[in-house]
Amino acid sequence: MIETFLEFPFLRNTLYTGLMIGFIAPLLGTFIVVRRLSFIADGLSHVTLSGVAFGLMMQKKFALLMISPFYTGIAFAVIGAIFIEYLRGIYKAFQEIAIPIILSVGVGLSVIFISLADGFNTNLFAYLFGSVAAVSRTDLYIILMISVIVVAIVVFFYKELFALAFDEEFARASGIRTKTIHILFIVLTALVISASIRIVGVLLVSALMTLPVAASIRISRSFKQAIFFSILFGEAAVLIGLISGYYLEIPPGGTIVMTEALILLGTIIFNKHIHFLKTRG
Amino acid sequence: MTENILSVEHLSFQYDEQPVLKDINLSIQKGEFAGLIGPNGSGKTTLIKLILGLEKIQTGQIHLFGTPLEKFKQWHKIGFVSQKANTFNRGFPATVYETVAMGLTGKLGYFRFLKKKDQANVYEALSNVGMEKFAERNIGDLSGGQQQRVFIARALVSSPEFLILDEPTVGVDTDNVERFYKMLADLNQNQGITLLLISHDIGSITTHVTDLLCLNKTIHYHGNPNNYQNMTDEQKSQFYGHSMNTVTHHHS
Ligand SMILES: Nc1ncnc2c1ncn2[C@@H]1O[C@H](COP(=O)(O)OP(=O)(O)O)[C@@H](O)[C@H]1O
Ligand SMILES: [Mg+2]
Repeated sequence: MIETFLEFPFLRNTLYTGLMIGFIAPLLGTFIVVRRLSFIADGLSHVTLSGVAFGLMMQKKFALLMISPFYTGIAFAVIGAIFIEYLRGIYKAFQEIAIPIILSVGVGLSVIFISLADGFNTNLFAYLFGSVAAVSRTDLYIILMISVIVVAIVVFFYKELFALAFDEEFARASGIRTKTIHILFIVLTALVISASIRIVGVLLVSALMTLPVAASIRISRSFKQAIFFSILFGEAAVLIGLISGYYLEIPPGGTIVMTEALILLGTIIFNKHIHFLKTRG
Repeated sequence: MTENILSVEHLSFQYDEQPVLKDINLSIQKGEFAGLIGPNGSGKTTLIKLILGLEKIQTGQIHLFGTPLEKFKQWHKIGFVSQKANTFNRGFPATVYETVAMGLTGKLGYFRFLKKKDQANVYEALSNVGMEKFAERNIGDLSGGQQQRVFIARALVSSPEFLILDEPTVGVDTDNVERFYKMLADLNQNQGITLLLISHDIGSITTHVTDLLCLNKTIHYHGNPNNYQNMTDEQKSQFYGHSMNTVTHHHS
């Protein structure tokens, strides 16, 4: 089955992209889940959608082909990430309100851009639910670059990111620049989301970041273990989901996320049997 | 020669419109075991937050190790156990080892990884509080008292010269409270760590500390705990809002 993927170049790109996002999305997702910031991923994915819609409109209306929806998606996601943090600073007492604001503005802009482009086309469907055939060589390189940046920053700032996740007050009292680290983290999240929508689509990208983590924290004793199992589950879901999606002719977003849901169900059912990971040294 | 670890001058602070601290003046010298007491809501935690730079100073000055707070950078010299320490998310996937190693983050600085020596320091801090056997356990699986000791190890791992503990005995059962004070006395006397212990429980801390500070918006008493013990109940009760009314009544 996997041979087919390696045989055709466009499927090969999809497979490599899938394996990269199957790594970086759960990696960042582990920090997102333990910091209870899953809603930020949702908000950002909808902002990314508006960026994609903007790019599609520019291409269709003005034939600006160098403005790829992929790039405008990345740009909107990063700007949206910074804007979410700005709003969270303003509404200190109700920080979660930043998300409905950002999310609705994201969807509102998308609707406007889509109708300015005279309606839906198949391209948009691919961006909503993911696609096995959407990855060009240039996109592959950009996603590779994003992956390298994300992994490098997580490795180099691991202890700061971990301290910030576990106990922000303590991190600040240790002299860590928590605000800077946090902004860095949110921008990374935006990059991972815009990279991931190629495969899983806007609507399911936050699931790719959170479902493997939801499964892994049930069986993990340490934070490093939680990251390890999140990535393992993420990669398994991407592989199974991409291949089955291709053969069943279903957008991979659906099959990947359903595979993850099954893995999560598995850890819930078998939690008693694998609980030893948590308690033994 | 005595060395000023902490000095606070004319410090006042308010949240929005509500004044919390008024003209606080105090200093703590090297080697002291200072106890800061005051009823709930008297501003103890706020004072600590200002000292640690977690809230912005509005009026007054704070010096740490002789350096003005704005310029102070050597945060690893200060260990901190927050009042909120044991309200962390119990489901957080972190081991005791990972929790304590977090205490080295600021000391090591950016782009540095834990070396063998740092790992040894983590185990040493854990054995300091008698928790070395629990290193690989999940932090959420421990009892409240055990977690509190882990958080003290986290504060100790950077070898601080000054340790600040905000109501650390809340949630620790009474049998362990005595052992806990013994441990603090050992850190103070044998390891030379200057301590600032915050409590709302006047009774138990006055017998352990070398210096007592009583806070209720402002410092009402600073000195020897024995003198404080000899004060009349009426003088002592001045620190508590409800009895303060009675006192005022007396005088009018
Ligand atoms: N973040 C905050 N915002 C507004 N008011 C606060 C805040 N933190 C504390 N307060 C108020 O300041 C006063 C002092 O609180 P605190 O310093 O926590 O006292 P203590 O630690 O002595 O119990 C209380 O009245 C409290 O309600
Ligand atoms: Mg307090």
